[in-house]
Amino acid sequence: MTSDIATRTTTGSTLHDGARPAAPRRKPGREKKWTKKSTTLFVVGVVIAIVTIFPLAYMVLSSFKTEADIYGTSLLPPHWTFENYVYVFTQVPFARYMFNSFFVSAFVTVVALLFHSMAAYALARLRFKGRETVFLIMFSTLLVSLPVVLIPEFEVVRLLGMLDSYWGLIVPSLFSAFGIFLLRQFYISLPDELEEAALIDGAGYWRIYWNVILPLFRPVLAALAVFFFLANWNSFVWPLTITSNPDLRVVQVGISTFHQQYASSESYIVAASTVAAIPTLLLFFFFQRQITESIKTSGFK
Amino acid sequence: MTATVRAGTIETNGSRRSATDSSKERRRSARARREGLAALLFLLPDSLGLLIFVFIPMVIAIVLGFFRLDGFGNISFVGFGNYIRMAQDPQFLQSAGITALYLVILVPAIFVVGLLLALLVQQRIPFIGVIRSALFAPYVISLVVVGLMWQFMLADKVGVVNQFLSAFGVHGISWLGDPHYTLGTVVVISIWFQMGYYMIIFLSGLQDIPAELYESARIDGAGAWQRFWNITWPMLRPTSLFVFVTATIAVITGGFDLIYILTGGGPAGTTSLLIFYIYQQAFLYGEYGYAAAIGSVLVLVLLIWSAFMFRITKGGRIDDE
Repeated sequence: MTSDIATRTTTGSTLHDGARPAAPRRKPGREKKWTKKSTTLFVVGVVIAIVTIFPLAYMVLSSFKTEADIYGTSLLPPHWTFENYVYVFTQVPFARYMFNSFFVSAFVTVVALLFHSMAAYALARLRFKGRETVFLIMFSTLLVSLPVVLIPEFEVVRLLGMLDSYWGLIVPSLFSAFGIFLLRQFYISLPDELEEAALIDGAGYWRIYWNVILPLFRPVLAALAVFFFLANWNSFVWPLTITSNPDLRVVQVGISTFHQQYASSESYIVAASTVAAIPTLLLFFFFQRQITESIKTSGFK
Repeated sequence: MTATVRAGTIETNGSRRSATDSSKERRRSARARREGLAALLFLLPDSLGLLIFVFIPMVIAIVLGFFRLDGFGNISFVGFGNYIRMAQDPQFLQSAGITALYLVILVPAIFVVGLLLALLVQQRIPFIGVIRSALFAPYVISLVVVGLMWQFMLADKVGVVNQFLSAFGVHGISWLGDPHYTLGTVVVISIWFQMGYYMIIFLSGLQDIPAELYESARIDGAGAWQRFWNITWPMLRPTSLFVFVTATIAVITGGFDLIYILTGGGPAGTTSLLIFYIYQQAFLYGEYGYAAAIGSVLVLVLLIWSAFMFRITKGGRIDDE
């Protein structure tokens, strides 16, 4: 996208070549140049980036420090140790917490994506009475945020007998109009002819949805999948409220209870925090494009 | 998940209705039933789920707001009692005030920081991709970890922040313990955490502005400042409104995890945002009815706010062009 702007800029300026004394000409292609301006901005950017990333780096490095060094002045651990990690994984069932988080997040991501994309397909591509009404009602639920309906939602889940179970962690997390809304915006952009042809060929609606629509939006679905996984991995209030069984603790709840029990052992808490953060950072590292895409599209499509 | 939806890019009538010649009409009525049935099946899982886990709880919350529940299973109808109680509850009023203050500081701060970062990372700078990633990274960390991490860094006397500051002659500030500093600390951490998200949103808005506009302005001799005020700022209006609306909603409804871990609403209730107060009332004091009433007010405020923004943005679309 940047290079696109760059080429456009270049062509724009050549048009007025004669009228003005030549402004510094930028060559098309790689435009990363060390001019005075770009160097200044680079320094500014690097400083802000370092300040931003410092807490993360400090946490990770501190997790390798001993209890005695944890508040020491040196950034790097004076005596490297893995003892904190050994403790976190042997004395506390952190592996179990990780598994719970992974299981719940993966399950929710896959099923939610399927359900939302189905609903979005109906709302965008199928004609039926009351379509707009259904959509507006679903859309309005976006205003309802979890902590506000936490109590009644808790009651509903209790009535359904899903308290303190994987079902309770998974099922209510599946439903959010956000995905429906986003996908509908995409599906609506397709031309009608696509389905007309498929219908004439005798394909049913499921076939059209599964074989025509879904493959076209694979990148969007991938972006949304990463986003869902991340959101569920990081969710805290809901699992905290509906589970009490230690075996059902997800990472965020596990680390918070750990923190309450071991408030004084800062080195363990730092290691545990790092453990909880690493999957999200890895996800970010590998799927950065998908994450930023999902953010962009959530606001602009 | 926060309601990150641009208030109403809703297209009420899709382009599908445009083609209405008679043969198509007849074919349509023939398969209307089938299509309707298919739609029902496609919509079934999500509508059922949203109904049970969002809509019904919503209705229960409103109803519950008119009752008093004492935690021992006794329920009594109190009418507007909970709402009257709200008006007389100093802790609620303090909490509402703090939420308002938090909102008034944080939303503009997020806006300005997000925009400035977007303007920076939009530039042609070497290694800008790496810089951009670093600025965005905090956003993927859970608020629980964010809270623990900052608690570690902000520890009285021994924390890295205070050790760093003491080199400049500033000693022993209790960032999370001194009522003068706590809300400010929470605001700064919130900015740090969210700025990458808004940077991406703004960046995306900036990239939609045609480069030709800048080029011709440059030719006309407009300086960087003039180009910003006369091109960037007006062209960015839809993005700005989007950020303003979503940030407001996110700030009011979010932040619970952070407060829970970082301060627990203290000291002296200085960080007890409404969302946290609701939780406290319900799950610490068993005041379900009262908590539900506060929640209802919050949703009502959000609803009015969103409707208002929806109105003035004409459904999220501003047709400047």
